[in-house]
Amino acid sequence: MRITQGCFSFLPDLSDDQITAQIEYCLRNEWAIGIEYSDDPHPRNTYWEMWGNPMFDLRDAAGVMMELKACRKAFPNFYIRINAFDSTRGFETVRMSFLVNRPKVEPTFKVTRTEVAGRTVNITMTTEY
Amino acid sequence: MSTTIVPTGEAPPAPPETGEVPTSVDLAADFRASGVAEVLDELDRELVGLRPVKLRIRETAALLLVDRARKRMGLTQTTPTLHMSFTGNPGTGKTTVALRMADLLYRLGYVRKGHLISVTRDDLVGQYIGHTAPKTKEVLRKAMGGVLFIDEAYYLYRPDNERDYGQEAIEILLQVMENQRDDLVVILAGYADRMDKFYQSNPGFRSRIAHHIDFPDYEDGELLAIADTMLTGQNYHLDAGARAAMTQYIALRRKQPHFANARSIRNALDRARLRQANRLFETTTGPVGVEALSTITAADILASRVFSGGLDSERKEQS
Repeated sequence: MRITQGCFSFLPDLSDDQITAQIEYCLRNEWAIGIEYSDDPHPRNTYWEMWGNPMFDLRDAAGVMMELKACRKAFPNFYIRINAFDSTRGFETVRMSFLVNRPKVEPTFKVTRTEVAGRTVNITMTTEY
Repeated sequence: MSTTIVPTGEAPPAPPETGEVPTSVDLAADFRASGVAEVLDELDRELVGLRPVKLRIRETAALLLVDRARKRMGLTQTTPTLHMSFTGNPGTGKTTVALRMADLLYRLGYVRKGHLISVTRDDLVGQYIGHTAPKTKEVLRKAMGGVLFIDEAYYLYRPDNERDYGQEAIEILLQVMENQRDDLVVILAGYADRMDKFYQSNPGFRSRIAHHIDFPDYEDGELLAIADTMLTGQNYHLDAGARAAMTQYIALRRKQPHFANARSIRNALDRARLRQANRLFETTTGPVGVEALSTITAADILASRVFSGGLDSERKEQS
């Protein structure tokens, strides 16, 4: 199942040039960039593993692309996303987040409905690999 | 580590995206449009002396301009190697010229952002195993799209300690210098003799650096002109007596240890300003005029220890 999340989820996957352009946009806005990866794209799995610390004070997207390349090399079959953090409000707020890598074979989600007291149905969603 | 954002003018003009290859190129128009002339003129105007350096920079600018034209006409595909080495004694303007170089490369479109990151060994080399690579990479990431200026680069290599982490930083640097030539330009700087030794023990650097620029020491007259420029920038000036004293000071200071060209002059002027302020406090009664506040007299300079043979500690060593 093709899983989408974050910005541009309605578009086909971004090419490296398009990713570079988006990062340039983030850097122009003076946002810090973080790279994160995970093999579990479950919507409730909010905290992904961080690929190093978020990158502050960069001036050019080449620096991020260098790290992204290294991350892809280490985790070719993981989801990788790029987060942009805005510090204008005094704390780092995620302003933008988009997927930049997905595994060849993607997991699916399985929905389990459990009937509990009073005809209430509890729904559990699990990632199926 | 310090980041210097070069106050660049407009962005470099994009080459015409017509798809067809031009058959001729107007180099003079290209030269004017790129804004390189302004940088070179500024260099001539604001930096005293350094004639061989200015000449080399002009040559480099011409080469890059021609190379850009050739690329547009489809004659070359590769980016020229732009990594440089600045060698010279302390205070000869290496950092200042590096800043201008970043601006120049930006206007010619060889670096995308044109900022200068100035680092030393401390910013690149870590203190324990596994600390160096992230540190070096962080610096490189920040320098992407601009110029990385490594001051006293020979400290990266410590031949006496084979387990020194500097070697690791050198390897990462070399790799990025080779693979990401489009993304950043590295300038290594330091004293001439020690840089030579550094290149001998690291042939990888030597072959990756195309431009070696040597910074000569300033002559006495040039140092005096530098002193004038520095003072004018701070709205001070030397009176006739002080100018004579300064000339004498420069001649004497040059013979004493730790002479650092323009930097020695800046320090001397800082101390002269201190003495001037002190003198104003002690001697004047009543209101002080603009003229008095901005004039440095002979007494302010002649009080320097340089005239009595340098620092006490150093005099003892010499005798």
